[in-house]
Amino acid sequence: MSGLWLAIVFWIAAWGANVWIARRARGRLAGMVPPVLFGLAVLVLWEGAVRAFAVPEVILPAPSVVVAAIGANLGTLWGDFVQTIVKGAFSGYAMGCGAALVVAVLVDRSPVLTRGLLPVGNFVAALPIVGVAPIMVTWFGFGWQSKAAVVFAMVFFPVLVNAVAGLTAADRMHRDLMRTYAAGYWTTLFKLRLPSAAPFIFNGLKIATTLAVIGAIVAEFFGSPTRGMGFRISTAVGSLALPMVWAQIFVAALAGTLFYGFVAMIERRVTFWHPSQRVRG
Amino acid sequence: MKGKAIPVLIVLGIILVIWYLCTVWMNAAWVYDQAGRTGRTVGFGELVQATMVQERPMLPAPHQVAAALWDGIAGQAVTSKRSLVYHGWVTMEATLAGFALGIVLGVSLAVGIVYFRVMEATVMPWAVISQTIPIVALAPMIVVLSNTLSLGEALGLENRLVSKTIISAYLSFFPVLVGMVKGLRSPDAMQVDQLATWNASGWQSFKYLRLPSSMPYFFASLKVAIAAALVGAIVGELPTGAVEGLGARMLVASQFGQPLLMWASLFAAALVAGMLILGVGAIQRAADRAMGVRP
Repeated sequence: MSGLWLAIVFWIAAWGANVWIARRARGRLAGMVPPVLFGLAVLVLWEGAVRAFAVPEVILPAPSVVVAAIGANLGTLWGDFVQTIVKGAFSGYAMGCGAALVVAVLVDRSPVLTRGLLPVGNFVAALPIVGVAPIMVTWFGFGWQSKAAVVFAMVFFPVLVNAVAGLTAADRMHRDLMRTYAAGYWTTLFKLRLPSAAPFIFNGLKIATTLAVIGAIVAEFFGSPTRGMGFRISTAVGSLALPMVWAQIFVAALAGTLFYGFVAMIERRVTFWHPSQRVRG
Repeated sequence: MKGKAIPVLIVLGIILVIWYLCTVWMNAAWVYDQAGRTGRTVGFGELVQATMVQERPMLPAPHQVAAALWDGIAGQAVTSKRSLVYHGWVTMEATLAGFALGIVLGVSLAVGIVYFRVMEATVMPWAVISQTIPIVALAPMIVVLSNTLSLGEALGLENRLVSKTIISAYLSFFPVLVGMVKGLRSPDAMQVDQLATWNASGWQSFKYLRLPSSMPYFFASLKVAIAAALVGAIVGELPTGAVEGLGARMLVASQFGQPLLMWASLFAAALVAGMLILGVGAIQRAADRAMGVRP
């Protein structure tokens, strides 16, 4: 049991440090340290509890076992990552978001369509689109193409709705100014309306990152070649190889977070002027 | 609202037209194939007609889906295993349970975050990160865990319901959390000072100021959360070998090659989503009236 007590002591110490940091410290470091400490404390408590109660590996493997599984299966994990995330999620994401942006610009030319599309699109964006996964697998086969198609269907409407809403966001006054400069449709679109739509578009793009990873993994539950994260998870659960499952979950979480962080980073570069991105002085 | 009806109908019309065109285009190969075997040639009119009535089309025509949906909803006894109402109810049960759990979790975390700085510093970043983790990767795990630990039996419920509920709750707590943190912080400094001059206790300023002013944010986030909860319930049914529910229905239909049933289940899920969102809207209006909001 001593492991558990050590873990609990660590937890309390981490909590105390966090309370102290939250009260006193300011600046960048103070924002980074508490969540990291909290995460570490959870891991330590998990490890301690699994060891102290001798939890069988088929229920919950300890973090150290998971780390060992990651180390031992790097090749497999990388292959699955390439199959699911790079081939399935990224290509579907790029096509879906690209198509949504093009359609948004087209629809935007007609006010009637814009008004009609927003409620319909908002409703469709709320639907459980993952359900199309079996349909796409019948259409496009077991390869990565069907996964990309599911991702396409999932990201299309959230991005479309946000882009259409964003394109209406440009200020009346700014548009009039562009008119007085004798700017044509395309100049206005690229110099004024797309930039002012960017915060909305990035909102959609960020939502879509999570959806893309989900879509690519779920689609693999309906049929896949003998690699891919969804395939590995379902077969590993079947054979009770839980450390492998947790290793895949770790990779999925890491990929999802990095993907989101990457889009958020581009957002900060592109929309540096927006109030929500300004650094508080 | 009235000004929107016509544009919405136009958009829906366009979608229907595109759908019919795709139906002809995608099912044509099969028609040509059949015709080629018997050595006939098909004209365009015949082709269009033949693509609309196939039993196992690549893409069923909208009216076929509508017929299958109607048959699933009204054509069967509600208790029948073939009834979409029955499967819809199973899914909705898990959705509502997960939604309720998600609300409780989201609101209590939000209250903690608003009142304790340390919770904001530690929990908030992880709540954000938790949403970038694809829950579906965890879904089979959660099912195995709740089965081996027999969580359901401990609570007097089905194990399957428990795992679906956990997944729904995981997906729905985050919108509520974000909305409530915003909402509870929405009273401005002047209003907070006013309550301080009236010597209001912490509980009173929560009850009379922060909670009422968070309500619009709360309901806005509920609409997002209920949709997320439904996705969670359906995803929870997909990889878990569930035998009941709309997700399970889709899975079975895909494995046995019944596209009509698959599409009908998909649209039944859409109907359930619409009903749930309308339901939340109705509750919001009732709550607004009860709290004395003037439209």
